[in-house]
Amino acid sequence: MEFFTSLLRILVISLNAMVPITLAAVGEIIGERSGVIDIGLEGILLISAFTGAVSAQATGSPYVGLLTGIGTGFIVGILHGFISVYLKGDQVISGVGINLFGGGLIAFGLIAVWQTPGHHIIPASARMPKIGTPYGNISYITILTLAIVFAVYYLVTNTKLGLKINICGEHPRAADVAGVNVERVRFFATVAGATLAGLGGAFMSLDWFGVLTKELAAGRGFIALATVVFSKLNPLLALLGGFIFGFFDSLGVWVSSAAGVKKYIPWQFILMTPYIVTLLAVAGAIGRARFPDKLGEPYQRE
Amino acid sequence: MLTRIYEQVKPILDSFLAGLIGLAMGAIIMAIWGYAPLDAYDALFTAIFGSFYGFSSTLARATPLILTGLTFAIGVRGGIFNIGAEGQVFMGALAAISVSLLSLPSGIHVLVAIIAGAMAGAIWSLPPSFLKITRGVHEVISTIMLNWVALYFGMYAVVEWLGDPQRAEKSISAATTSRLPIMVSGTSLTYALFVSLAFSLLIFFLLWRTTLGFELRVVGQNPAAANYAGIKENYSINSTFILGGLAAGVAGALQIIGHPPTYALYSDLSTVRNLGFDGIGVALIGRNHPIGVIFAAVFFAGLNVGARTMQITAGVPLEMVRIIQGVIIIALAAPELIELTNQLLPAVRNWINEVKTS
Repeated sequence: MEFFTSLLRILVISLNAMVPITLAAVGEIIGERSGVIDIGLEGILLISAFTGAVSAQATGSPYVGLLTGIGTGFIVGILHGFISVYLKGDQVISGVGINLFGGGLIAFGLIAVWQTPGHHIIPASARMPKIGTPYGNISYITILTLAIVFAVYYLVTNTKLGLKINICGEHPRAADVAGVNVERVRFFATVAGATLAGLGGAFMSLDWFGVLTKELAAGRGFIALATVVFSKLNPLLALLGGFIFGFFDSLGVWVSSAAGVKKYIPWQFILMTPYIVTLLAVAGAIGRARFPDKLGEPYQRE
Repeated sequence: MLTRIYEQVKPILDSFLAGLIGLAMGAIIMAIWGYAPLDAYDALFTAIFGSFYGFSSTLARATPLILTGLTFAIGVRGGIFNIGAEGQVFMGALAAISVSLLSLPSGIHVLVAIIAGAMAGAIWSLPPSFLKITRGVHEVISTIMLNWVALYFGMYAVVEWLGDPQRAEKSISAATTSRLPIMVSGTSLTYALFVSLAFSLLIFFLLWRTTLGFELRVVGQNPAAANYAGIKENYSINSTFILGGLAAGVAGALQIIGHPPTYALYSDLSTVRNLGFDGIGVALIGRNHPIGVIFAAVFFAGLNVGARTMQITAGVPLEMVRIIQGVIIIALAAPELIELTNQLLPAVRNWINEVKTS
């Protein structure tokens, strides 16, 4: 009985841990299908977690905070999209810059706003309400995430817009000839992707953890990138990947509260597992992922 | 002739412009939170250039950054986005502490520690190389994951295997025979700087004066052409990873044997963290050129050292410099930046003229 209770607890935590990874991954899938890669997910998670928390606390409303987080992702997406699509810049370098900026902003902001270098606990009034179960709380955003995943899946596989997005990544010239505005499609796909990552960031600070720390994202943005590879750009597989990585992520969270396990396995090795699992999953993903032909290349009209 | 000079100078101008944009954005963010940007920058630059002590500290901080910058720069030259320097530095540092358990004569001990660090860094660069070549795993993912594994492994090793019996929060210190002498007393600047500089020149020579370097750069620039010319792409990719790993490993070793006063690692690895990530920025600002990397490392190191003073005298949190560094890199991502400003300037001039005449 005890075992099943523990298992259910871990499952509930996994459902929470799944959210930021899945949202960021599904957003990245939209962008990558259109031909733009954004490795700045980690940065977006951090920036949105921060801006979401600031605004939720200032207004006393978690919903305003959530919208601020989403809006932050949107703005970072505009920046990255503008550099990648219109300035024909280096997409990977822009992403690196966004990651560095995000890491700096949250560390700076913790001191500038709350005078704490360590972690800031967000007051209960500014946190999202949750659905209580006997095995822990489930977030409403978890349910929203499921809806988003299916919506994006429908978008990229069954709609005309989805077709446009895909062809901009595979064969931008053909898209151009067919009258598709390649730059506009890529730009908005990038912005949409970053916006979803923004929701994931705000979820971490306002909902899941209720705490803001320098290392809040802890590599989840990169795990999301790995999830994209694992999923072969299929949103449904990204959901599965997000759940698997979320499960191993939550093992660490769960063990840190269960003293018994720590005696047998050092905590450092438990915290290592999500990264090792991610690496193994990507390395072992059956068959190589096939990415859009023109992924990462700016489209130059002749 | 003029256009040729312009082509040569343009990357440097781009870097300068990106630096200015970074500082400007930093000023705006400081102003938003009610800090005084001018006071902050005054403190920052006085700290770097205002005293011999400050400049020595900057050079001490630049020492490992030159090497981690090289890791990334070599990667870009060889067509790889290697952001694994962070973890490779940790491994190099651990190796350097481990070999200080041996008892060897002083000169040889230094050499052994550096080689051990280099080897450890290179070994930690092999899994991403192997995964890329055999499974097509992108190195951004594999290196980042291994950085985290190395971090927790390092935290474990420092406490459990290399712990100082007298002080729980740190590892044992490097043996006195394996330490590099201090260059400027009272600062942490040691002869480690020359190890870094020598490594940089070595990489410069290797990339532009040897066949291996040539092949590596061809693979980086045009894999199809390399294949056509009969260059073994996988061999070249592997060499790129290993060279990068060697550089990062040496950086880790130098942070132990050339880093007074402790010559040790703390249990949170604080003295070796972020060196790898800063290396990415250093390489980008240094235009992925071994010589450019040296100057960019001094610039980045200056920001880091000056940030402490800025925090004390102007009250601005030192994390501000990471924001500035981030903006600089975002600005560098747009290659047409300088063209864009060139186009904007006449527009502004015209606008001013219009305002004047009306």
